[in-house]
Amino acid sequence: MTIMQRYSALSLLRHALGSHRGWAPAWQSPPLRDRYQAIIVGAGGHGLAAAYYLAKEHGLTDVAVLEAGWLGGGNVARNTVTIRSNYMRDESIPFYVKSVAMFDGLTRDLNFNMMHSKRTMVDVLQTWGMVRDRRRRKLIMDIYGSTYEDIPVAELRRRVPALTGGGPDSRLPILGAAVHTDAAVNRHDAVAWGYARAASAMGVAIHQQTPVTRLLRGPDGAIEGVETPRGTVRAKTVALAVSGHTTTLTETAGLRLPLRTINLTAFVSEPVKPVVDVIVNCPDLGVYLSQSDKGELVIGGATDLGQSFRRDIKQSVFEDTVSALLELFPAFARLKLMRQWGGHLDMAHDASPIVSMTDIPGLIVSAGWWGGYKAIPAGGAGLAHLIATGRPDPLVAPFGLNRFRNLDYVVETGTTTAR
Amino acid sequence: MLLIDCPFCGPRNESEFSFGGPALTPRPSDPAAVSDADWVDWLTVPPNPMGLVEERWWHARGCGSWLTICRHTVTHEITEVRLGR
Ligand SMILES: Cc1cc2nc3c(=O)[nH]c(=O)nc-3n(C[C@H](O)[C@H](O)[C@H](O)COP(=O)(O)OP(=O)(O)OC[C@H]3O[C@@H](n4cnc5c(N)ncnc54)[C@H](O)[C@@H]3O)c2cc1C
Ligand SMILES: [Zn+2]
Repeated sequence: MTIMQRYSALSLLRHALGSHRGWAPAWQSPPLRDRYQAIIVGAGGHGLAAAYYLAKEHGLTDVAVLEAGWLGGGNVARNTVTIRSNYMRDESIPFYVKSVAMFDGLTRDLNFNMMHSKRTMVDVLQTWGMVRDRRRRKLIMDIYGSTYEDIPVAELRRRVPALTGGGPDSRLPILGAAVHTDAAVNRHDAVAWGYARAASAMGVAIHQQTPVTRLLRGPDGAIEGVETPRGTVRAKTVALAVSGHTTTLTETAGLRLPLRTINLTAFVSEPVKPVVDVIVNCPDLGVYLSQSDKGELVIGGATDLGQSFRRDIKQSVFEDTVSALLELFPAFARLKLMRQWGGHLDMAHDASPIVSMTDIPGLIVSAGWWGGYKAIPAGGAGLAHLIATGRPDPLVAPFGLNRFRNLDYVVETGTTTAR
Repeated sequence: MLLIDCPFCGPRNESEFSFGGPALTPRPSDPAAVSDADWVDWLTVPPNPMGLVEERWWHARGCGSWLTICRHTVTHEITEVRLGR
């Protein structure tokens, strides 16, 4: 175990005097051993958060996190950082409310500046079906301490002056708006790095450039460890947090899961002066955006519909998203776009996450996170609880694989355009 | 953008089509003979390879036929297009 070097204004000042040459590495890179108590596959948000809560809440530090590429190089670094709890089901809302609250306190908890910004999300409603959906959500969310507030169109236009489209003569005139004040954005790298640093300081071993190629089962069928190009690593508990590649791995052990891998994309504009201070979500047209601290507009759209393991953006999805954007924000036609990208994620049959034991003893999966950035704190804590105790905590209990067997789905599809 | 070679209309842009989901294996013909677990599998567990999948596309803004295509999930290459299932 190492002492974590704390970050503060004072430590910044002190290190400035030494020309910033004295900083310790944020996390350790110990040699890879051939046995651990538990292995977490995937150093994304969920894997690293689980490692942190395992050490912090359950005192389990004989843990290896194995990552194919580099730490925080997966979807945790490729998403649009919308953190919100405006879900629809009794099972989902308490989980996301908790996760949003954990995110609110994460900077302090991890001693790492998350650049957390409570932004408020505004849903622009352009069909009566969507208006009714938001009313229904509001009623359910009220029960669980999440928030939706209706505002009239005039108030929407006052709050988002750049929103000049969607007038009375347009194809889909704006009918109203719903305001979700809990929503936030923050810095995704900080989430990965902050969890990694704190977990590493408590003794968890993070191994980058260590792809798992196969799951190993013992003669009794239970999980025994994993195969990597750096050798076999054994553990009685293996947890997968590999976002998009869950089935690729479970199928090496003969386990099929109700997941489809899909591609989700985003793009950013050149940086401009502050123009929108909320997250604007337009579920009827299929576009959402927020402005980053650097001034770039971060814009996302709908998923590519078929299965896809690609990390680029499909031209048709890109065009649909841009045309939706310009319908509501015509002035943005003059913005130059700087970068576009995508990520592949898995989605379960009912579009809710899976945090669960499996039919293979010792094998745990955390998957179906196609909108799971917001879920990293509570999902990571839930995964840690499952690894440490073998039982789900109450917040993730509804997201077990049993629900498929019992046809007891938690249908959450089409929540918003924003993931 | 996919280019789907409709048997009636020739190669057409994906934007003329609507996605109809993964092509399921045929529904078990004798329901009573299938175990609960196998039914759930048939309903909820699609093949998810880094490779070829079969899926349904409707040429909604073309001739209106339902097609089944065989498409690679990494390269997007379409190796087969056929009418119906
Ligand atoms: C464009 C886009 C926009 C999004 N917007 C939002 C949003 O606004 N709000 C929201 O809540 N969510 C959003 N999401 C979803 C969110 O990014 C994911 O749900 C979340 O990041 C997934 O969990 P993770 O961070 O653990 O995944 P990842 O960061 O992808 O972690 C998985 C890790 O596993 C590793 N791995 C894979 N296979 C192996 C292997 N065989 N061996 C070892 N390691 C392996 C990968 O390299 C990766 O680092 C968005 C996603 C995308 C792509
Ligand atoms: Zn046709």
